[in-house]
Amino acid sequence: MTDTTHEARHIPDRIDTPLRAAIFSWPVLLLVVAIALFVLNSFASPYFLSPWSLSDATFNFTEKAIIALAMALLIISGEIDLSVASIIALASTMMGLALQLGVGTPGLVAIGIVTGLFCGVFNGFLVTRLGLPSIVVTIGTMSFFRGISFIVLGDQAFKGYPASFDFFGQGYVWWVVSFEFVLFLVCAVIYYVLLHRTNFGRHVFVIGNNPMAARFSGVRVERVKFFLFCLTGLMSGIAAVLLTSRLASTRPSIALGWELEVVTMVVLGGVSILGGSGSIQGVVLAAFIMGLVTFGLGLLNVPGIVMSIFIGTLLIFVIALPIVFRMLRERRS
Amino acid sequence: MKLLKTLALTTAVAAALFTAPAMSQERIALVVKSLGNGFFDAAAKGAEKAAQEIGGIEVIYTGPTSATAEGQIEIVNSLIAQQVEAIAISANDPDALVPALKKAMDRGIKVLSWDSGVAEDGRMLHLNPSDTDLIGETIIKLAADYLPEGGDVAILSASSTATNQNAWIEAAKKVLPEKFPNINLVSVVYGDDDSVKSTNEAKGLISSYPDLDAIIAPTTVGVVAAAQVVTDENLIGKVNVTGLALPSEFKQFIDNGASQAVALWNPIDLGYSAVYLAHQLIEGTEAAPGATFSIGEVGEITLDDTNSAAMAAPFQFDKSNIEEFSKIY
Repeated sequence: MTDTTHEARHIPDRIDTPLRAAIFSWPVLLLVVAIALFVLNSFASPYFLSPWSLSDATFNFTEKAIIALAMALLIISGEIDLSVASIIALASTMMGLALQLGVGTPGLVAIGIVTGLFCGVFNGFLVTRLGLPSIVVTIGTMSFFRGISFIVLGDQAFKGYPASFDFFGQGYVWWVVSFEFVLFLVCAVIYYVLLHRTNFGRHVFVIGNNPMAARFSGVRVERVKFFLFCLTGLMSGIAAVLLTSRLASTRPSIALGWELEVVTMVVLGGVSILGGSGSIQGVVLAAFIMGLVTFGLGLLNVPGIVMSIFIGTLLIFVIALPIVFRMLRERRS
Repeated sequence: MKLLKTLALTTAVAAALFTAPAMSQERIALVVKSLGNGFFDAAAKGAEKAAQEIGGIEVIYTGPTSATAEGQIEIVNSLIAQQVEAIAISANDPDALVPALKKAMDRGIKVLSWDSGVAEDGRMLHLNPSDTDLIGETIIKLAADYLPEGGDVAILSASSTATNQNAWIEAAKKVLPEKFPNINLVSVVYGDDDSVKSTNEAKGLISSYPDLDAIIAPTTVGVVAAAQVVTDENLIGKVNVTGLALPSEFKQFIDNGASQAVALWNPIDLGYSAVYLAHQLIEGTEAAPGATFSIGEVGEITLDDTNSAAMAAPFQFDKSNIEEFSKIY
């Protein structure tokens, strides 16, 4: 209290030095967790460190992670889409219907993606044009989209997809590197550029932090949000193509419950559920972490329920850690 | 850089330490629809019993938390990575698991399905717990035996996509006009093998059909939910609950009269037989139409044109024997 010099009144540009900020950033923390899990898994199971095992493991999370990329942007903007898994069901059903009409592989892929996009447009319209809360709209469309699938299929399944269609969910680009995985990495780069390197990305962050201020700053809030819903629908459509190809069949129960796993991935990736902050690097790492945890525990034949408990604990741990750090630091100063 | 080196070193050491584990045992994975289900726990007991009889077998009992095909595929992937010798699966979906199981067979793993089957491409053989037609007839007979004058019955099934339940209901519908002309099937509803949903569906049946005489639930979850509803709503003696039930879970409802009789094959025998079959596949017995397999003390099966076979007829439980069987499973 004695030295009330001008230094005490100086307001720093940053609280931490850039290096310190980088070291304590969320993606770095996640990277440490991911590496730790990788090492732990290698010790825990003799079967983990094999190229084919690791390749098989990627299939468990790739489709969800592809949706999570778009979902991250949507959540950063302050909205959410809980209908993604049902979009998969509807898109897959439409592909199945097209298959019955004799449509070939390129047509099937197009129909899956367009159906997803259309569902996204529908969600976006209800949220941005009618001004309804996205959580309510997408809980509604979650039942609606899957409901259509159930009406079309009942207890039946569409099967008999052409052999060339298998490539998307079962094919390999090079050695053990699957098509799905490469597609995910390409999408991750595109979303990284979109969110962190473009004006559009800045707008997404601004909207999430303060939609009112964004509007007064000339950001076309509704248009950006509408576009984000379309993107999420589109990515769900792509995921539907991959999953349908991987299962080589369509049932209305396809991808049941995936919406929560996608949201978990996004939140674990450091995206604030209240909007306004987050990064694509974090989401990509979170996808890997979830993949490593489920596959690692799977190799040890740990029952699924224990796995859920583990993922839940990990989520709380990773979210609580920075907050606890901050509290400790504040107490010290 | 140093950190990276240490990491690389530790992983390398770990890999070296573990890449050559003791492989003396035959590992057979028993993959079930979902864990926490008494039926499958009983099957696992039977599998252990077979493993002990044969010797040198390790049974890996596993399954997803929720009964989804995607969850089972994740498990199959991890079993492929573990290079188990055989996978014996009760599938949540006959088609969706085919690509994953094909991959398992490509990597030299013997695959068979039991209880709930996989399409022919995805397995070497399939063991039915019983004969579909026989089960369809049995579930109607269980209700009809206590309705000499005839009456209205409704079916409370598992999910609308459950392979075996749908087959049994089809068989039941086929047998109704021929053998049970005075039994009237008024509705089929789906409780998704979820206690809450099954309870609601059972309540719905009772309020929609006031003259209902019996609820037939060919699922262990649904039958308990329906019997609980009948007990809670004081309808004992009016609505008879029957179907396929696990004796230990269902004993109280036979005791209180909500149900006269239920039936089930023996899940212990099912798990037991699955391990015997897996073992013979590992030993090199060819699965082809007409091939005969021994299933230990349960007997012998012969594969039909689709490489599948039935184990035994469903076994009936009533006041006379429920006490005894409820202690077993």
